Amino acid sequence: MLVAENLTAGYGGVDILHSCSFAVGAGEIAVIVGPNGAGKSTAMKAILGMLPLRTGRVTLEGADITGLSPQARVAAGMGFVPQNDNVFPTLTVEENLEMGAFIRRDSYQDTMESVYALFPVLREKRRQPAGELSGGQRQQVAVGRALMTQPKVLILDEPTAGVSPIVMDELFDRIIDIARSGLSILMVEQNARQALAIADRGYVLVQGRNRFTASGETLLADPEVRRSFLGG
Amino acid sequence: MPIRKFAVPSSEAEIPDFLNAIVLLANFVVIPATAYGAQLALGALGVTLVYSVLRFANFAHGDLMAFATAATILIVWLFQGWGVSLAPLPTAILALPLGMIITCLLALGTDRFVYRFYRHQRSPAIVFVMVSVGVMFIYNALTRFLIGVDDRRFEDGERFIVTVIGFREATGLDQGLALRTSQVLTVIVMVLVTTAVFWFLRSTRTGKSMRAYSDNEDLALLSGINPDRVVLVTWMLAASLATIAGVLYGLDKSFRPFTYFQILLPIFAAAIVGGIGQPFGAVAGGFIIAFSEVALTYAWRGFLTHILPPDLIPAGLVQILSVEYKFAVSFLILVIVLLVRPTGIIRGRVF
Amino acid sequence: MSRIARPLALYAVMASLIVAVGFIQSWTVALSITNLALISAIMTLGVNIQWGYGGLFNAGIVGFAALGGVAAVLVAMPPVTDAWIAGGTNLGLAGLAILGTIGAAVFVRGRTHGRRRTWATLFTILAGYIVMRIFLDPASDAIEAINPSIQGYLGGLGLPVLVAWPVGGLFAAGAAYLVGKVALGLRADYLAIATLGIAEIILAILKNENWLTRGVKNVTGIPRPIPSERTFQTIGWVTELGHSFGLSPAMTAAIANRLGYALLFLLVLGTILWLAERALNSPWGRMMRAIRDNQDAAEAMGKDVTRRHLQVFVLGSAVVGIAGAMLVTLDGQFTPTAYTPLRYTFVIWVMVILGGSGNNWGAVLGGFVVWYTWVMAEPIGNHLAAALADLLPAGWLRSHILDSAPHLRPFLMGMILLLCLRFAPHGLIPERRAPSTRKPEAN
Repeated sequence: MLVAENLTAGYGGVDILHSCSFAVGAGEIAVIVGPNGAGKSTAMKAILGMLPLRTGRVTLEGADITGLSPQARVAAGMGFVPQNDNVFPTLTVEENLEMGAFIRRDSYQDTMESVYALFPVLREKRRQPAGELSGGQRQQVAVGRALMTQPKVLILDEPTAGVSPIVMDELFDRIIDIARSGLSILMVEQNARQALAIADRGYVLVQGRNRFTASGETLLADPEVRRSFLGG
Repeated sequence: MPIRKFAVPSSEAEIPDFLNAIVLLANFVVIPATAYGAQLALGALGVTLVYSVLRFANFAHGDLMAFATAATILIVWLFQGWGVSLAPLPTAILALPLGMIITCLLALGTDRFVYRFYRHQRSPAIVFVMVSVGVMFIYNALTRFLIGVDDRRFEDGERFIVTVIGFREATGLDQGLALRTSQVLTVIVMVLVTTAVFWFLRSTRTGKSMRAYSDNEDLALLSGINPDRVVLVTWMLAASLATIAGVLYGLDKSFRPFTYFQILLPIFAAAIVGGIGQPFGAVAGGFIIAFSEVALTYAWRGFLTHILPPDLIPAGLVQILSVEYKFAVSFLILVIVLLVRPTGIIRGRVF
Repeated sequence: MSRIARPLALYAVMASLIVAVGFIQSWTVALSITNLALISAIMTLGVNIQWGYGGLFNAGIVGFAALGGVAAVLVAMPPVTDAWIAGGTNLGLAGLAILGTIGAAVFVRGRTHGRRRTWATLFTILAGYIVMRIFLDPASDAIEAINPSIQGYLGGLGLPVLVAWPVGGLFAAGAAYLVGKVALGLRADYLAIATLGIAEIILAILKNENWLTRGVKNVTGIPRPIPSERTFQTIGWVTELGHSFGLSPAMTAAIANRLGYALLFLLVLGTILWLAERALNSPWGRMMRAIRDNQDAAEAMGKDVTRRHLQVFVLGSAVVGIAGAMLVTLDGQFTPTAYTPLRYTFVIWVMVILGGSGNNWGAVLGGFVVWYTWVMAEPIGNHLAAALADLLPAGWLRSHILDSAPHLRPFLMGMILLLCLRFAPHGLIPERRAPSTRKPEAN
């Protein structure tokens, strides 16, 4: 579905990523983990088109999207949930979802219904300003907003940063549900253990390079990975 | 201004005297403050939109209002020369749409040739403020070029809906009440316009996209919201509101380019008091400021004369602040709000 | 060497422009322009201290200039003893009421917390205000009743007029201290709006409190430090000197008078400029600019940013106050209605931006260039209008163009500011700094 190969990118002449590759198939969950400073957020920005690539390319369903702006990638079928500032705080939950579907010309009522089905609490609070919701609920709005374009792949930047463990579990459950409906998921995560537990593919990034690549299960079981990043 | 006559407290029943007090209050406080509040509300609405979407305090807004009014006055004169009239309403109402179009063009042109550069540069807000000072000078020059610096009255049509004499005759009260066409017009127009703006922002796709852009620019861009379109609509709204506010203010009082810079301060105060980016707050702020200004500079002695027994009536004018301090009042309120609750009454943003 | 060459060249060009006016028009005009340019330059220096050193946008400069001006009245005018007798006691009590209110407010603020504190403070201030008015109203009525056509106010202290200049600086500094304590915590554009409003309040007080300043009736006949033209005409050697240049006694006296002011002003400008330069290049100055460029980093390093901001705010305002006093001294009269934000705040801003914010020599040059443009806008406007009018047939448009000549002035000011901010944001003489550092400005 989404393939990013041989990415080299950085800021101001200094490369952070060195020939990294990531891929996620339809309905799969891929997770990028690694220590701080490994280049996870840089990888995210590169895939989204917020950073120019020195080498490498990104394809979506086979089509080359390397030259597209982030907005164009959204139109091509990429959904993005930023880590911070990922909702419109003074807009209501429902208006947030509406804005998520801004580029759509057709009726999005069905999509909105399925988002509400996925996140029932949002239906309850749909007339409330998103800024007044709790952290976990706001994340749901952020994800729901990204789903409104009916993307083929959903990219999430540390979705569980700063939420409680219960909320994190719930969020991961939802992510699994989303993947089951056919979407591809690509996540960057700090909570490596829990993220890898649900990952079909896991990418461990160290100093801007792919260090380990395998299924989440395999990585979790690998003693070297566990020793280095998961605390044994 | 209607001639004021101090009514001698009557020795008859207190009710007509109490009525006199109410009429006095209505004539000198409530009606002028409501009209003024409506004008400030419209001005503040324009300022708050620009502040929340374009993220800067537009120091040129007062002179934009002046230009808009000047352009409208020229069209009024043109219409009057052609014998076009809307009697009993002032011809200015007819000229208003054309004035709005001209002002929109000016605002859009200014954005294209001045502000856009700094937007693309992502310059800090204070740079925009400085640039708006330059724009203010230019608008000032343009306005003066259009219409000169003298006082202009351009109200025509039926001036009064209720005259002092007519009121006295009708009610038999001592106090008179005057209701001017311009005052009623101001309130009606304000209600219509603000309702329209609220509806636009709340219910239309473009309006929502403006609010989204104001909330979170990056996310809005990512969602495919076109920033140029948002900016365009914002300036058009702001320019139209400036025209309406300026024309109504000029109809009510009279037009002099200089006064429009002075009114900038109460307008900023209203916008900040009400909460930046909160259209309803701008309207509420406008009335709060207007009523405060009028109430605090009004000589309450006349009112007290009607409702207090003779020996309790104070010697002085009972004027809390002299009329000279009118604008100081709005500033005082502004400072208090900035220090106590900077997000404004309705939670706006402090960015 | 080129670092000095460019500013030197610019100054030379400016000087020659003024000299040109001397030859083409008259030397009195040239000197008048110079005198007001010198005063403007000092004001610009003051603003530069606030903006260039500290990054503070003060949109209320006119208020501080007016405070400096009123100092000239309160210091140099003779006291009106009758007024003091009539209203002195009540005035004193009103003053005590003010002090009492401030004391009570501070006390209340110390004893209460949170929401209650704000309401308590407001209530205290309101109560104190009412008490003050109880004394002030009869005092001001009594004072204003004394000889209203010529006096009707308290007068001054009758001190030599030059004392007024530093006193003006003190007045402005005091006001700036109060304002700064209250408003400097606000972010940049809110500070601009707040200072705009404070200036309005100051001007409103000066226009309205007749017992202090005669309000809109103006104070004329303020003593002057330089002998009048008439006096100069009686001085033998001056007339002879002028005669040797082929000038009439009247002309010589006029030139001598203006030259006297020019030298005096130059002395003040020179002193302030020297002090400002020393401050800029001192460790204090470097720290100020570091704070300006990256406030968060500075705070993280433990610098007391608020205190530093207050310092530059007060210093800059003091300089503006001195200039305000000088202006009133030059005019010989105090006209509160002449203080408009357009002329005394925003035109000064154009001077700062054009001259080069952050550079004192630039600020002075900016003052000269913009003032010169301001003055020249009138004759140039007239010429342009006449030239344009010649091309047009008689009619409405033609007379309208001729009438519009004065409006060239604000147009030029706006164009200078806009063009400068867009194409030359560092101004004519940019700030001297290491290339790695960056200013928080456009570009």
